Amino acid sequence: MKIDHSLPLEYSTEENRLKVLGFWIFLGAEIMLFATLFASYFTLVNRTGNGPAGADIFEITPVLMETIVLLTSSFTIGLGVHAMRLRNKKAMLSFFAVTLLLGAGFLAVEISEFVHYVHIGAGLQTSAFTSILLTTLGTHGAHVTLGIFWGLFIMLQVKQRGLTPETANKSFIFSLYWHFLDVVWIFIFSFIYLKGMM
Amino acid sequence: MGFFDRFAVPHPNPAIYASMVAIGLTVIAIVAGLTYFKKWGYLWREWLTTVDHKRIGIMYLISALLMLFRGGADAIMMRAQLAVPDNTLLDAQHYNEIFTTHGVVMIIFMAMPFIMALMNFVVPLQIGARDVAFPRLNALSFWLFFMGAMLFNISFVIGGSPDAGWTSYFPLAGNEFSQSVGTNYYMIAIQIAGIGTLMTGINFITTILKMRAPGMTLMKMPMFTWSSLITNVIIVFAFPVLTVALAMGTLDRLFGTNFFTTDNGGMDMLWANLFWVWGHPEVYILILPAFGIYSEVISTFARRNLYGYKSMVASMVVISVFSFLVWAHHFFTMGQGAVANSIFSITTMAIAIPTGVKIFNWLFTLWKGKIVITTPMLYALLFIPLFTIGGVTGVMLGMSAADYQYHNTMFLVAHFHMVIIPGVVFAMLAGLTYYWPKMFGFMLNERIGKITAWTIAIGTLLAFMPMFFSGLDGQARRMYTYSASTGFGVWNMISFIGALGLAAGFVLIVYNIYHSIRYASRDIGSDPWDARTLEWATHSPVPAYNFAVVPQVDSIEAFWDAKKKGHILFKGEYEKIHMPNNSGVPFIMSCIFFVWGFSFVFSMWIPVIISTIGIFACMALRSFEEDHGHYISVEKIEETETKLRGVS
Repeated sequence: MKIDHSLPLEYSTEENRLKVLGFWIFLGAEIMLFATLFASYFTLVNRTGNGPAGADIFEITPVLMETIVLLTSSFTIGLGVHAMRLRNKKAMLSFFAVTLLLGAGFLAVEISEFVHYVHIGAGLQTSAFTSILLTTLGTHGAHVTLGIFWGLFIMLQVKQRGLTPETANKSFIFSLYWHFLDVVWIFIFSFIYLKGMM
Repeated sequence: MGFFDRFAVPHPNPAIYASMVAIGLTVIAIVAGLTYFKKWGYLWREWLTTVDHKRIGIMYLISALLMLFRGGADAIMMRAQLAVPDNTLLDAQHYNEIFTTHGVVMIIFMAMPFIMALMNFVVPLQIGARDVAFPRLNALSFWLFFMGAMLFNISFVIGGSPDAGWTSYFPLAGNEFSQSVGTNYYMIAIQIAGIGTLMTGINFITTILKMRAPGMTLMKMPMFTWSSLITNVIIVFAFPVLTVALAMGTLDRLFGTNFFTTDNGGMDMLWANLFWVWGHPEVYILILPAFGIYSEVISTFARRNLYGYKSMVASMVVISVFSFLVWAHHFFTMGQGAVANSIFSITTMAIAIPTGVKIFNWLFTLWKGKIVITTPMLYALLFIPLFTIGGVTGVMLGMSAADYQYHNTMFLVAHFHMVIIPGVVFAMLAGLTYYWPKMFGFMLNERIGKITAWTIAIGTLLAFMPMFFSGLDGQARRMYTYSASTGFGVWNMISFIGALGLAAGFVLIVYNIYHSIRYASRDIGSDPWDARTLEWATHSPVPAYNFAVVPQVDSIEAFWDAKKKGHILFKGEYEKIHMPNNSGVPFIMSCIFFVWGFSFVFSMWIPVIISTIGIFACMALRSFEEDHGHYISVEKIEETETKLRGVS
């Protein structure tokens, strides 16, 4: 395995460069996945049947909490990758840990939000609007859940094996994934919540 | 309902019981055979755990041929039922199931793997690479496809097949009108196979962009590689749409959501739109690699370079963009109004322009070429006129005002079969014959091959040309019978005869394989067709590492230049070669996916949860695993090369 020391660790081998490109293409597919969900959302948003509309159920407080928590986590993982480039393993692991904790906090708020929706009669089955709302939010939430486990595994590997081209590559790709989830959330926040509350 | 009642077939008949017995006996025969010949270890080591793109390609090929016969059996049953008026061979329900599975099997489980087979086998060789970018992911792609196909295929003996058409339009496919688990099978089996296809897309884009031989710029890639690149870009953008649509359909059927229902705000047309936003690009996912194969075959056997290389590339790029802009032409009559219909009419007809460019490029390649009629070339030459019939009737269907006459008639059925069979199936058979010596080290019999090509071509014309007439006369598609007074009888009888011709052609393919295994010469060299691209520069069959020395390229036809103009393809000494290790995880994970899918179909939630955990456990295992591959030593390479040079 040839290691090119002029490049950052995560790009330093041919295999690593392939994996980063492959993951960007995967993110392209993820954009299509969420774009399809958004397109379906905009198609069904006014088809509320006998159920509530977005303005009736959205509350700004939990949504703002989720937004702040998730945006902060995107910042902290950026710091984590920066620490990784400085080869500071301890700082990197700390920032990754903060990121995952913030992710878990986001999930906690989102789960309580879902429970609340079901309580006030806006469940998955209520109307086309609630179906697509909860499916879109749920798909994002499932991505965050998966990300928390994935991130945890990578942290364990960095802890055990140190910063090698492989673990650096995995950490960097995970940060791409995490930033992507943040971008999706910005769209959810703007076009589902804010637009729905107006 | 008792636990086992759910697995009963809702509309049993003797044919289904016979199939059950046949499936059981086949499984017993395979297990007994493997045990008797002590081949379990060989199967596991050499095939189930392989990450070699060539072996994965061959497994795709075998699956595609098996599915061709499965879908073909459906086709024969349909044509037999319609051969005479008021026939009672099949009842309406059984007929519905058969046309549904015929469509799904032929598109998703026959044409797709056939294309994947050739892409897997050929692309890394054509660009001078040692494997794909992510070999293990490639194995996972194959096994997910395979398990999806198996899950779909057991539907007709366990629980009942889907019966809402391959398009599975809601509300027909909803719980109210499709009560059996058939449509669950549709949603989940295609989902599993689709995830595999998406990963193939990512894999091949990365491979083609990053792993080309030194000197091979994008505009020096062989045309099949170009077509594969564009196809995989379409896959990455189209398949997530299908993923979402199928997930929504699954939620509607199993969890009572209201995406496509007719009350509580549900919108059945949303399914039709999402389905075709994937479905139309899917047509081009099938046809573009086929065009790539024709480009290779025509330039090889016209003994000259491909005419209009740049316009070929440009036309494929244009087709790939347009493929996302035409989906609504599949439902002009379903109420979106004149403006939308006009726009989609124009975009649809515009696709004929880049396609026409390609047809003329092939014709100009043939012009002044020294044409050698081999079996692959015969398919390519038969393709041009036959495909044009399909294409021109497509433009007729594309006119939205006129479409009200053709929509959902046999005219449409005739159109898309005349596009897909000459377009895709002929190309795959041409590709199969063309690359067979590279795959297995001997050629298929040319005489039987040519007879097969003619049989299939005549069968296609006989089977589908009459449908244009009966369709214009008003015969609707998917009708399980008709009365004698309609006058459709004679057309359908001709179609049935044509279908038998096609069946004979496909049997001849199998006979040809058998005949060639027994009698064909093994002493054919590495370049039996006098071809022009890199895959012919290595041995037949290809060693595991593909090329002992990475080839150097400085033109579109590097191998041809090496043969004729003294270009030196292989510079330098042997070096040890890094290769990926085999892994059982893709196969095991896909088996768990099969259990997951099967449990999901029958809403058995405890196995669903257990298998979900199993799937994530496999992913976690992969995450923690350290696998640096292995090296093939220089001595080993020398040994292999000497041995291969000996026979070739």
